[in-house]
Amino acid sequence: MANSDALDAAFADGPAYVPYLVVGDPDYESSTAYVEALDRGGADVIELGLPFSEPIAEGSTIQEALVRSLDAGMTPDRFFAFAEDLEVDAALVCMTYYNLIYQYGKGEGPRPFVERAAAAGIQGLVVPDLPAEEADPLREACDEFGLDLIFIVAPTTRGDRLDRMMANVSGYVYVQARLGTTGARDDVSDQTTASLDRLGGYDVPKAVGFGISTGDHAERIVAGGADGIIVGSALVDVVAEGVAEDLSTAEVADRLEALSRELKQGAERGHRSRTGTVESA
Amino acid sequence: MSETDTRTTEETETARRPGRERGRDDGKFGRYGGQYVPEALMPAIEELTDAYERYVLNNEDGFMEEFRERLADFGGRPTPLQRADRLSERYDTEVYLKREDLLHGGAHKLNNALGQVLLAKYMGKERIIAETGAGQHGTATAMAAAHLDMPCTIYMGERDINRQRPNVFRMKLNGSEVKPVTTGRGTLKEAISETMRDWAETVEDTHYVIGSIVGPHPFPVMVRDFQAVISEEAREQAIEKTGGLPTDVVACAGGGSNTMGTFAHFVDDEDVALHAVEAGGSTLEVDEEAGVAPNSASLFAGEEGVLHGARTKLLQDSDGQIMESHSVSSGLDYAGVGPELAYLVDEERVDPVAVDDDAALEGFHRLSNTEGIIPALETAHAFGYLEAHHEDLGERVVVNVSGRGDKDLDAAIEETDQRDVANAPDMSMFTGGM
Ligand SMILES: Cc1ncc(COP(=O)(O)O)c(C=O)c1O
Repeated sequence: MANSDALDAAFADGPAYVPYLVVGDPDYESSTAYVEALDRGGADVIELGLPFSEPIAEGSTIQEALVRSLDAGMTPDRFFAFAEDLEVDAALVCMTYYNLIYQYGKGEGPRPFVERAAAAGIQGLVVPDLPAEEADPLREACDEFGLDLIFIVAPTTRGDRLDRMMANVSGYVYVQARLGTTGARDDVSDQTTASLDRLGGYDVPKAVGFGISTGDHAERIVAGGADGIIVGSALVDVVAEGVAEDLSTAEVADRLEALSRELKQGAERGHRSRTGTVESA
Repeated sequence: MSETDTRTTEETETARRPGRERGRDDGKFGRYGGQYVPEALMPAIEELTDAYERYVLNNEDGFMEEFRERLADFGGRPTPLQRADRLSERYDTEVYLKREDLLHGGAHKLNNALGQVLLAKYMGKERIIAETGAGQHGTATAMAAAHLDMPCTIYMGERDINRQRPNVFRMKLNGSEVKPVTTGRGTLKEAISETMRDWAETVEDTHYVIGSIVGPHPFPVMVRDFQAVISEEAREQAIEKTGGLPTDVVACAGGGSNTMGTFAHFVDDEDVALHAVEAGGSTLEVDEEAGVAPNSASLFAGEEGVLHGARTKLLQDSDGQIMESHSVSSGLDYAGVGPELAYLVDEERVDPVAVDDDAALEGFHRLSNTEGIIPALETAHAFGYLEAHHEDLGERVVVNVSGRGDKDLDAAIEETDQRDVANAPDMSMFTGGM
């Protein structure tokens, strides 16, 4: 099973900050500036969203961002060019839906997409509508090209399904903090703790996502045992505000960098308090 | 193993089951079907699969008796198989109509909605959600939910709400909440996506009554099994009334629920030809650039892909983005089709054909003025096909009248006004100089 060095390294020292943005939202150039701002703000891994027209796992914030990007002409090939052009230190993961991956292969299955992603410097894939049961062809292609395949564990995932998923996962496991679709929330669910407990026996970094929007959330999640935090809608909201208020690209990028720093520092505080607790125990 | 190898194994193991059993165990129809859903929905899908096997397939707690009894008393089954005298004469062929328009609510949709709402009750669920295109499935679900005393929320595209106001009113009359969906073009595919989002948050106490043979397993097989009562009756009625099986069976296809319901018990009768009539819209050409298909003919013009939980034939662009579809009838206006139909078309068991908006409108007027039956615009496509291809058919044809057209009168007036429909009534003297 693949394990990209870049993703390993991202989780190696301290908690990983894993931000998500939709590539091409609201347009290609601004989006480049935004992703680079996340990197300056301390991102360890960046999840790059490649838009699909029917994003059933997404709440309205991200759904609207995907529509903005599609309207501005985003395609898989432009997405790969975007990843290639980026100047960032963080590892890159592509988040998209299975139909785009499959269709890219023009009848040859998912392999051509993975091959192209690897060439573009992508180190892992998250595919929210691809369950472990249907993932063999993609898993094999990822192994061949050294990409990690990241699965999402829901608060409801248990038993055989959890085992099957954990047998297939590499890089990190995406722990969904609560039921439902993506979207920023005001507080962090208790379901997180229960999920992290259930995953305790598996030796792979656990990154928690869905609903994290402040440094304070990040701190609590990491203090609660997460190895990383994934933040999507809160960042996409900043981009959406920029569109609504007609802000300059530089202004939006500054806000993204500042929010990233807050989230990263929150995660680090959480980590210190956790290691502190462990030492005094 | 390469992708191609995987496919061959899947085909031999599961696809070649007898017609009515196909896909029941693993949800695969050759390489189509499956369960492509977010992880958060998986437990609900597993729970549903288990309930489907226990109650529907194994009749636990007498589920099937209760379902059949309610279909009879509340739904009005069996529906007649009626000989259409004028059409038989016109085409010099025996034409029989399976009258699903006479089912309570005015369309075949109640068979499935009642089955699923009852199943939800047996499962101990407390809330029903559904999506609707033409509003027929929403109406049927609202009726079934009121009948079985379950709260119900229905998602409907904004554009469809405008096309189908009577059905919106009917859903509300029956106590359901109707939520407009404004994303995309505001039709069925957006409504399905939105309902899946609701379900992801509420899976623990909510059942999603999907409206056709689409979506993740077990929906395609379960909906087919509930709709198969159409062909079960039609087959017996045909033998009783005519002394034999029909030569041809015709049904319109959106997602394909009335289609598979009408075909299910005939699939193993290899001498019976099965024709699935899709919405050809204004043309079968697609506009890749604009991402628009001016039709809803996914069997005809679609390509393999993954949408709303299943691998099937879809209207999509070369990148895999789903296209906006079009049809004069909102119930056929969907970019995908049930995986079982996709499979049966590949196997050449089902003949996919397309009828355009103009021919469907002619069919609408023809059935109305020759037989005294105003069909749904969806159903009218099947009669458009009959008009164009009756010479290619055998001597005894069964056409499923999937629904009645009351809901479509506004749309039919508007669409008729825009065209020169040969057999349409002349309304000019009644319009007060409009
Ligand atoms: C009367 C009628 N016929 C046909 C359809 C198409 O659906 P399906 O192909 O699932 O039967 C609809 C959908 O709303 C309908 O209302």
